[in-house]
Amino acid sequence: MRRILIANRGEIAARIIRTCRTLNIETVLAASAADLDSVPARMADRTVCIGPARPTESYLKVETIVHAARATRSDAIHPGYGFLSERAALARLCESSGVIFIGPTAAQIDAVGDKLRARAEAEAAQVPVVPGCAVAAPDEALAAARRIGVPLLVKAVGGGGGRGMKRVDALEQLPAILELAAAEAGAAFGDARVYLERYIASGRHVEVQVLGDGEGEVIHLGERDCSTQRRYQKLVEETPAPGLSPALRAALHAAAVRFARRLAYRGAGTVEFLVDREREQFYFLEMNARIQVEHPVTEAVTGVDLVAEQIAIAGGAGLRHAQDNIRAEGCAIECRINAEDPLDDFRPSPGVVTAVTWPVQEGIRVDTHIATGSRVPPYYDSLMAKIIAHAPDRSGAVSRLRQAIAATHISGVHSNLGFQSRVLADAEFAAGGFDTGFVARLLER
Amino acid sequence: MSLTAADVAEIMRLVEQSGFDELTLEMEGTKISLRRGVGTATPPAAVAAGSPAAAVTAPAKPVPVAAPAAATVDPGLQDLPSPLLGTFYRSPKPGAPPFVEVGTEVQEDTIIGIIEVMKLMNTVRAGVRGTVAEILVADGTLAEFGEILMRVRKSG
Repeated sequence: MRRILIANRGEIAARIIRTCRTLNIETVLAASAADLDSVPARMADRTVCIGPARPTESYLKVETIVHAARATRSDAIHPGYGFLSERAALARLCESSGVIFIGPTAAQIDAVGDKLRARAEAEAAQVPVVPGCAVAAPDEALAAARRIGVPLLVKAVGGGGGRGMKRVDALEQLPAILELAAAEAGAAFGDARVYLERYIASGRHVEVQVLGDGEGEVIHLGERDCSTQRRYQKLVEETPAPGLSPALRAALHAAAVRFARRLAYRGAGTVEFLVDREREQFYFLEMNARIQVEHPVTEAVTGVDLVAEQIAIAGGAGLRHAQDNIRAEGCAIECRINAEDPLDDFRPSPGVVTAVTWPVQEGIRVDTHIATGSRVPPYYDSLMAKIIAHAPDRSGAVSRLRQAIAATHISGVHSNLGFQSRVLADAEFAAGGFDTGFVARLLER
Repeated sequence: MSLTAADVAEIMRLVEQSGFDELTLEMEGTKISLRRGVGTATPPAAVAAGSPAAAVTAPAKPVPVAAPAAATVDPGLQDLPSPLLGTFYRSPKPGAPPFVEVGTEVQEDTIIGIIEVMKLMNTVRAGVRGTVAEILVADGTLAEFGEILMRVRKSG
């Protein structure tokens, strides 16, 4: 592979370019008009303007992205995360246009993008799923809901990442909520199908990083605990997940590998689980067929560059690491630094960053696209940076991260730096192993 | 909460330093509208409905594109930017005469070229009346969004 077109923006574009440089691969950044003077645009060997700021007219245009790749003689497209990364249409057009898609096959994206299909695949791979089922007719739904018990969740088949979910606390609410959920799912995802799932009162979000060669060989690179979430938006992620029993941890890893193997998964992917704290059980949630925002914590402890592995697999090199050679050393924690105002309900705060200082410390990595003078445009997500701390143990990583955040200064836009300091200083956080209700409890304190 | 003159001066200073052309700030009983560059006729586009940044109005026009040709300073010349990224073709098919040449008179609806995106042909019209003065993008090459394809000397 000689040249890669990056169909993304922000910190992930900058991060992909960094790995390409070490691999001596040229980069072409496909950028919207709002991102032409961004840090990644300055880093890329070439930047092409694919359209106006609005994502539907630029970053989400499949034909434009593939055309740009071909016209710039790029061998491959790296989609990053978000935008087109999990659109089978992009993978499919790449497949038919002679451009390598750095990711899974279109068929694999389809298989995991449909939540009902993914559930069925999980069951077939003997991976436990949350008790639940698809619903067709309303009377059928009521009978199913009785079996599952309340509270339960109505989930959109096309949803994911917290989108398209509604909670039902009493059976008599079910018909109305089903109708509303189906209508909303149809509007939001173009797919009105919904299904029912037991609501797990105290669950941890634990996910397993996998790499597959596309031929059925799959390895895992350990798990990440992403239970520090606010309204399903992850704020802090860490590896290893604190306090899991060795048996539960091993069972999670094995389940993720079984699932990915069943699909003969190609590339980097993440299998998400809900770990029931009360029952010491875990359930398959979904698979994300892309590089994740929080991948650096895995890189920190394993020393494996996941983007380099994605490129190697896409280029036909297969898996370059055997499972036995993957060793996790120490603990890594990542904080997402967003342009948002925690004092105003975390409202996004776009604008110009008039001054910024990022921490430079031992054991600290900063993935960012923000320098002094950078814009945070209002059209995209508010992620400015990820600060990742690595240390021999968890308390060491927490204290490194706290120092790093204290050494970070951002002016011109609001940031959640102060809030993240509060999270890291909290006693419940220090104890670790909490459920996804942690941030809501913290905000109440 | 009320604003002092010093507060307003501070807000103006912040807007001055920012990339925004206009700011509307509404607080209890107070509304301030600031607009940079008095006399610019372009009305700013409203931020998309539901956008959390409702108080800040983004500029309507995309930021200037780093096209190979710099925007013209001759007020009689009109830039014709590419409306999308794709391969620019000056004629309807290979070997056929180009739609326009330097010196061709164009009307608003005159076709000046085709932008092809994955085999889909999009016709590009002049959008202005005048005479083609310059052609900046060669036939069969990539035109980026916003890249200046041609310049037209306006008539009338």
